[in-house]
Amino acid sequence: MQTAENIHSQPTVGVHSDRGDHQGVSTMVWLDDVTVSFNGFKALDRLDLRIEPGELRCVIGPNGAGKTTMMDVISGKTRPHSGKVYLSREAIDLAGYREDQIAMLGIGRKFQRPTVFEDLTVLENLELACRGRKGVWHSLFAGMSGEQRDKVTAIVERINLSSQRHDSCRQLSHGQKQWLEIGMLLAQEPNVLLVDEPIAGMTHGEAARTAELLDSLAGAHTVIVVEHDMDFVHSIARKVTVLHQGRVLAEGRMDEVQSDPKVIEVYLGTAPEPSSSASDQRPISRWYQNGDLDSMTA
Amino acid sequence: MQSRAKKLLLEMHTPRQWLALAAVAGIVLVAVPVLNLATTPTSALRVSDHLIPLFGKFLCFALVAVAVDLLWGFAGILSLGYTVFFACGGYTMGMYLMRAIGRDGVYRNELPDFMVFLDWHELPWYWRGFDSLGFAIAMALLVPGIIALVFGYFAFRSRIRGVYFSIITQAFTYASMLLFFRNETGFGGNNGLTDFKRIAGLPLHEQSTKVSLYIASGFALLLGYLLCRYVVCSKLGRVLVALRDQELRVMFAGYSPLKFKLFAWTLSAILCGLAGALYVPQVGIINPNELAPSKGIEMAVWVAVGGRGTLAGAAVGAVAVNGAKSWLTAAHPEYWLYVLGSLFIAVTLFLPRGLVGHLAVVSRRITTWRKQCKLPRISIHNRP
Repeated sequence: MQTAENIHSQPTVGVHSDRGDHQGVSTMVWLDDVTVSFNGFKALDRLDLRIEPGELRCVIGPNGAGKTTMMDVISGKTRPHSGKVYLSREAIDLAGYREDQIAMLGIGRKFQRPTVFEDLTVLENLELACRGRKGVWHSLFAGMSGEQRDKVTAIVERINLSSQRHDSCRQLSHGQKQWLEIGMLLAQEPNVLLVDEPIAGMTHGEAARTAELLDSLAGAHTVIVVEHDMDFVHSIARKVTVLHQGRVLAEGRMDEVQSDPKVIEVYLGTAPEPSSSASDQRPISRWYQNGDLDSMTA
Repeated sequence: MQSRAKKLLLEMHTPRQWLALAAVAGIVLVAVPVLNLATTPTSALRVSDHLIPLFGKFLCFALVAVAVDLLWGFAGILSLGYTVFFACGGYTMGMYLMRAIGRDGVYRNELPDFMVFLDWHELPWYWRGFDSLGFAIAMALLVPGIIALVFGYFAFRSRIRGVYFSIITQAFTYASMLLFFRNETGFGGNNGLTDFKRIAGLPLHEQSTKVSLYIASGFALLLGYLLCRYVVCSKLGRVLVALRDQELRVMFAGYSPLKFKLFAWTLSAILCGLAGALYVPQVGIINPNELAPSKGIEMAVWVAVGGRGTLAGAAVGAVAVNGAKSWLTAAHPEYWLYVLGSLFIAVTLFLPRGLVGHLAVVSRRITTWRKQCKLPRISIHNRP
């Protein structure tokens, strides 16, 4: 397994160090029997999901399958009603940490709608995201280090916003904001990247570059991508997890998953399922368009 | 080191802005006192005696406005409860001034008059130490700071924001007003603390004392302004702006919103306490009316009129609105509240950036217009 060696070296003083090494396979993110319910509706239903270090994992599934909730649980935005989330090989239990502390543990997140600081410039956005100390006193007295400045410059070029680096983010297009948010993630240097619908609002060219970028990040980082666009998933996916009603329905290579009878049943509705609506009756590659619209209102 | 200081100064203001600030500071801190003390009463340049405490009061209000703007203009949190901190600073100073009366009160007693009137025989424990001016000033900063820290911790930890935060701060002011109205609280009930005689041994009715207090208020405003300007120009200031825009993103970038909000909130409360402490010896009274909910709203109006997120604008707004108030309540007292209300509506509708914010827009327009004038003109007659 090459994956275990690529990951940033972690301190070995963690708690329950036996838990992450499950059957000899190291785990970067482990959702252990996680349930989240909203007014009785189970968004996640005893979900068990393991992501290995350095993996690029795509998570797909119909609307309401629990994809975004899964990311909320990992990043601490939503707390599981039962079950645990462990991070890294030391199996740090995330239950005891606030959102900002989880971020400092090395989990970075990109939201479904681009969330950048509109009243700040591109450079200032990246400066705030930069890895480093994030305390009140430190930010009151410290300037940017030369190293950080170099890093920010490199990222600005990588996300193609060099000419706009002093502009307020209000003036950026939707796709540029998406890129800036990805750039902020890069500046944060997380071990785990949670990427929610990265290419919504992007042109084909931009989407292709995003695919390249995510592909290059895997290995050194663990990347989890939720995306509706099946072509995009196809282009980057190594291992795909299909969520359905808050559970893992199938897991494996893209072509394996696509030919899995259970997945076909859920997506294409060939089995007599009374709850399946008309929109589910489409071929799997077309289905995301419906999801895209819904996600805008989510 | 020197270059770092220079860079910091340039980050805070452009050279032209520093010059403007120095000019304003010169007028307020030097010209006005000189024109009061060194001119004859009949001189045309004379700043008359009664104006000095009035201007001093405006400077205290301007300091409050700067503090309100730090939180509202940058972190996007509107508190209507700054009156509490202002009054806390005022009451601590008032307690010192009461103790400084000594036996010169109406009852010729060691205790303040209202305590004698209530038939109290010894000083309550929380009045101890207020014989010293230094202690009173320390308390004027500490008490608002601690109250803000505790209140803010619970409010921000529960993630109360927006209009809900404004409402609870207003409720908090109202509750404190009721508390201070009671005689048993030991702060003089609805009469408050008044009839002060001297401060640090200097008689308060002397013009030189009044001018000294005025200058002290001017320095407090200058220091408060520079401190807030430093904060908003630091990375912390950018975190505050980021919090206003996208709190979620700030959190997932690894910053604790609670700590940053708490810092800005507590700092602004301390500045309000300082303003209150300087206000009381100049107006000669502090009573629970200072805690009325309408006063908190008025403070928000000052900042809105001057321009949110500009700091300097907030100070200008406070002076402008209070100047209008002083003039109008003397000339046509029955219209003042209507004018204040219309002013707020007009500013919200027509000048959402406030006076200073709008001035910046206008000056930018003039610059672009000048540039356009310099461009070669294409004559319409020569069109093909």
